[in-house]
Amino acid sequence: MKRTANLWLIIAIIGFCLLPWHVVEDGFWSFSWVTNIGYVESSSALILMLVYGKFWFWPTALAFAFVATCLATVSNPVTRAKMIASSALFGLVCTAFQGLVIVRDGPRFFTDILNFTSINEGQIGFGAGAMVTLVALLFILTTGVSAMGKGRGDAFVIGLIGLIIALVGVFVFFPVAHILIRAFENKDGTYSLIHFIPRLFSSDIWGLGCFAGGTCGPAINSVILATMTGAGTTTLGLAFALIFTRTQFFAKPLLRVLTVIPIITPPFVIGLALILLFGRTGAVTQLFADMFGIEKSRWIYGFSGVYLAQMLSFTPIAFLVLIGVVEGVSPSMEEASQTLDADRWQTFRYVSLPLMRPGLANAFLLGFIESLADFGNPLILGGNTNYLSTDIFFAIVGSVADPAKAAILAISLLMLTLGAFLVQRRWVGTKSYATVTGKADSGQHAALSPAVKAACYATALPWAIFTAIVYIMIFYGSLVKLWGYDNSFTFDHYLQAFSIDFSNGIRWTGSAWDSYFTTLTIATISAPLTAIVGLSTAYLLIRQNFAGKSAFEFSTMLSFAIPGTVIGVSYVMAFNFPPIELTGTSIILIIVFVFRNMPVGVRGGIAAMSQLDKSLDEASITCGANSFTTLRRVIAPLLGPAMIAALTYSFVRAVTSVSAVIFLVSARHNMATSFIVGRVEHGEFGIAIAYSAVLILTMLTIIILLQLAVGKRQLRRTDRVEQSA
Amino acid sequence: MQDFKPGSVHFNGVVKKYGAVTALTKLDLSIEPGKLVTLLGPSGCGKTTTLRLIAGLESATHGSIHIGGEDVTHLSATYRKVSMVFQSYALFPHMSVIENVAYGLTVKSIPKKEAHEKAEDGLKMVGLEGFGQRLPSELSGGQQQRVAVARAIVLEPDVLLLDEPLSNLDAKLRRHVREEIRQIQQNLGLTAVYVTHDQEEAMAVSDRIIVMRNAEIAQEGTPSDLYQRPNSSFIADFIGDANLIDCEVTSTKDKRSKIDVNGQELTVNNIAAVSGNAKLVLRPHQVILSNSGTAKGFKGNITYAAYLGNQIQYTIESDLGHLFATSITYDAPLSVGDNVKISFDTTQVSLVSD
Ligand SMILES: Nc1ncnc2c1ncn2[C@@H]1O[C@H](COP(=O)(O)OP(=O)(O)O)[C@@H](O)[C@H]1O
Ligand SMILES: [Mg+2]
Repeated sequence: MKRTANLWLIIAIIGFCLLPWHVVEDGFWSFSWVTNIGYVESSSALILMLVYGKFWFWPTALAFAFVATCLATVSNPVTRAKMIASSALFGLVCTAFQGLVIVRDGPRFFTDILNFTSINEGQIGFGAGAMVTLVALLFILTTGVSAMGKGRGDAFVIGLIGLIIALVGVFVFFPVAHILIRAFENKDGTYSLIHFIPRLFSSDIWGLGCFAGGTCGPAINSVILATMTGAGTTTLGLAFALIFTRTQFFAKPLLRVLTVIPIITPPFVIGLALILLFGRTGAVTQLFADMFGIEKSRWIYGFSGVYLAQMLSFTPIAFLVLIGVVEGVSPSMEEASQTLDADRWQTFRYVSLPLMRPGLANAFLLGFIESLADFGNPLILGGNTNYLSTDIFFAIVGSVADPAKAAILAISLLMLTLGAFLVQRRWVGTKSYATVTGKADSGQHAALSPAVKAACYATALPWAIFTAIVYIMIFYGSLVKLWGYDNSFTFDHYLQAFSIDFSNGIRWTGSAWDSYFTTLTIATISAPLTAIVGLSTAYLLIRQNFAGKSAFEFSTMLSFAIPGTVIGVSYVMAFNFPPIELTGTSIILIIVFVFRNMPVGVRGGIAAMSQLDKSLDEASITCGANSFTTLRRVIAPLLGPAMIAALTYSFVRAVTSVSAVIFLVSARHNMATSFIVGRVEHGEFGIAIAYSAVLILTMLTIIILLQLAVGKRQLRRTDRVEQSA
Repeated sequence: MQDFKPGSVHFNGVVKKYGAVTALTKLDLSIEPGKLVTLLGPSGCGKTTTLRLIAGLESATHGSIHIGGEDVTHLSATYRKVSMVFQSYALFPHMSVIENVAYGLTVKSIPKKEAHEKAEDGLKMVGLEGFGQRLPSELSGGQQQRVAVARAIVLEPDVLLLDEPLSNLDAKLRRHVREEIRQIQQNLGLTAVYVTHDQEEAMAVSDRIIVMRNAEIAQEGTPSDLYQRPNSSFIADFIGDANLIDCEVTSTKDKRSKIDVNGQELTVNNIAAVSGNAKLVLRPHQVILSNSGTAKGFKGNITYAAYLGNQIQYTIESDLGHLFATSITYDAPLSVGDNVKISFDTTQVSLVSD
């Protein structure tokens, strides 16, 4: 323990004394701070403290001195550990605190007490030195805590817990807290509680006018939409799941395709395809106008359009969830019912369906949350109806930027999604009757009764055909000159976006290449980070016991319930100012993906890790391996497939997501989705659709390649594990 | 109090709680080096918990643990010189047998070649030479078990822990493997702690047995101590079957007592110096059944008889209550419904407190 603590102390001191404390303008890796050594901007904290009189660095230096003294003089290991941990905590808190309150711009606190010239001057954001120092102090703290005998004295595990708590704290809770603070802000820049409540519950947001012929507030619109989407997708998803698991339907592999589609489709692409079909110049609209003389209308732009698009987008998700639920109903229970002389309909009605009830509720709530959080479809099809997620966006980027209003709207949306998330976890998540035990249940699932079967086919098959048409439209639409006016065949859109000039070496002349490469690069960097953070968290949750574990689990899953728009707004608000200035960089895009997709990695990791016998880790530990070696040599190799799945998923989500990204892109770092949305706003549908098609194909290729790799590995692993068990 | 020889294990008032469940209530325990000690007890009594506390896989709620005289209460499992053989073997499915056995050596940064040589020696010791390149999945259950033992012993641990190592083997193999384990332990002079719920297995391998019950130690001693001198009806019943018959001690002299059983006076051994209401421990094989009308003894009636080849088992309703008896006499097998007289050798039976 002494060695580890010493090492981190040295690193902390290096961060404090040698590296530039604040952000360096041309970036750390330019090393311009080495040559600009004399300037304030590129000075280390030590120089700032001694030469420039920045007295607020003294507590940090003092913490180092404490730690060093304890290490050198205290001999009782437990006392020493306690003293080191508290010194490090002191240093950590003081350093973070000065960073938060002594700032050049952005929200300021304690202005009355902290009113010295040197403080009012403020400081710019944390840089390399601050980061190294803070991380090192954190690890001194966790090393101390583990040496106190907590967590079976495992320094690596405690360190990992500390690191993940710190990351989630800084990149999830800190930004969300910023929204809260902004929501309390008045027009004149002061803060008050009195105005907050009426503004939060004002009729501008929660108005019920539409039930009396007028218009409703965006919150009510969103809730109505989400309820209908949740109910609709659950019904359709159940029909698909029953057909998939309980019938001899001939085209099951095609249904499987349905499960991959939502993952690879950027959310607004469905909206685009619907415009091609039902817009004023849409194919169906024209057909009906020609054949029946039905007037061309703009009905697709509004509630019905958004609803249709969301149903198409989210039914596959409900299907995925419900396959598991339907399969989870133990066949022996159905057989038991049948041996008690119940017919197939009675068995379905009185045994299977009640057993699925928690699963159905779960699917409903997922659809509900997805719909509330959906940004792309309302943006494209919303028309004159307001929804929370898009209103937040317009409050930030609209002609009159109103961050306070955005904050209020964001809080309303957050309340709704968090409410649904809590309901899901408290009442539905725990009350599962699914009987998946890992033991093969040898019984047969009961076949569907004819009536149920007919109902399933009647709802699901037309819908499947409709979905197929929508996807065909995406590819067809990208090859048409000007939809509805000039239907001649063309490759122009693809050329405009993706042309390459070979005349002078390779030049990527197409307008889309920049954002395409940025997107792929950022997704490639963030995917492994997401997988690592997600799987490490899963490891802690499944394999370790520590105080506050359920709070820890809850906070890591929380970002699942925070809509992308809310995350986007909160990042803009939190990371535009010191101490953490990240807006306009590519780092902020990477970070937003890592923490938005983290819950997926956590879930995947939990699922995979619960199937690995815990005694494998323990065998490794008792062989004298530490937790890190165990993770690396035993768990990671056995988790291979889960890792690849997490990698794929976070990669694809990074490519397709739009809601959070659209707030955070900059001219230098534009992403594919926000580029496409930009084209749609300019009415350039052709390019938008061509680009979407390319994205879908790119991801399909990547998924198929990875699936091939995973498929092979998985087979080998399972039969090894099975036979040795 | 402390024993500084490597391999000794001491528990000092160790309490282990899982939330509201108390898995161990204030356990004091000491294990001498070089001995094989068995933790025996019904399922859920805290055997595995005790073993995991020695390994460092759990940390004690209260109390201290010493291994080889050193306080390891707060030391993580990685740094304890203890290895463990798991009930499920826990062989790493993605590593070959030799990699499995060498794993503990390689994580100690011993060069791979040397580690594999040592691992090869370990495999030889358990009789699995030449199996190194196979995957665990390509071995039988008994072989996997021996790989797990080899993996544990190549580390030359101060203490070897075995958690129900035979429970996944079939009955025939069990006897064979337990003899092997005992031999390896004796050859290497290892301290071993062996967990089982099977009293026969415990008797067969142990130098000493610690019987646990309800998160506490019920009795400890050598196998013959426990069999011949149980200190409670629980032990008497658990270590070898026993019929426990209500009786009352009327007088005691020189470790012999007069007792009253169902109105009859008998004189039996009373090593535990029990007085008042007591139980008479009557082992099934000690029951002598006779169907000749003239024999003396308690009256009974056979309600069930099972022929097992080497013995016949009887259930009898009698003056002494419900009795279980075994007999190796086949010449005159008794049948259900027969009236019998029951007697036993009073110098062989003992008393335990009620
Ligand atoms: N991780 C755990 N969490 C909660 N209770 C546990 C845990 N492990 C064991 N227990 C409880 O502690 C008691 C002793 O368990 P154990 O030591 O495994 O018994 P055994 O003697 O069968 O090996 C049991 O009541 C068991 O339910
Ligand atoms: Mg056990």
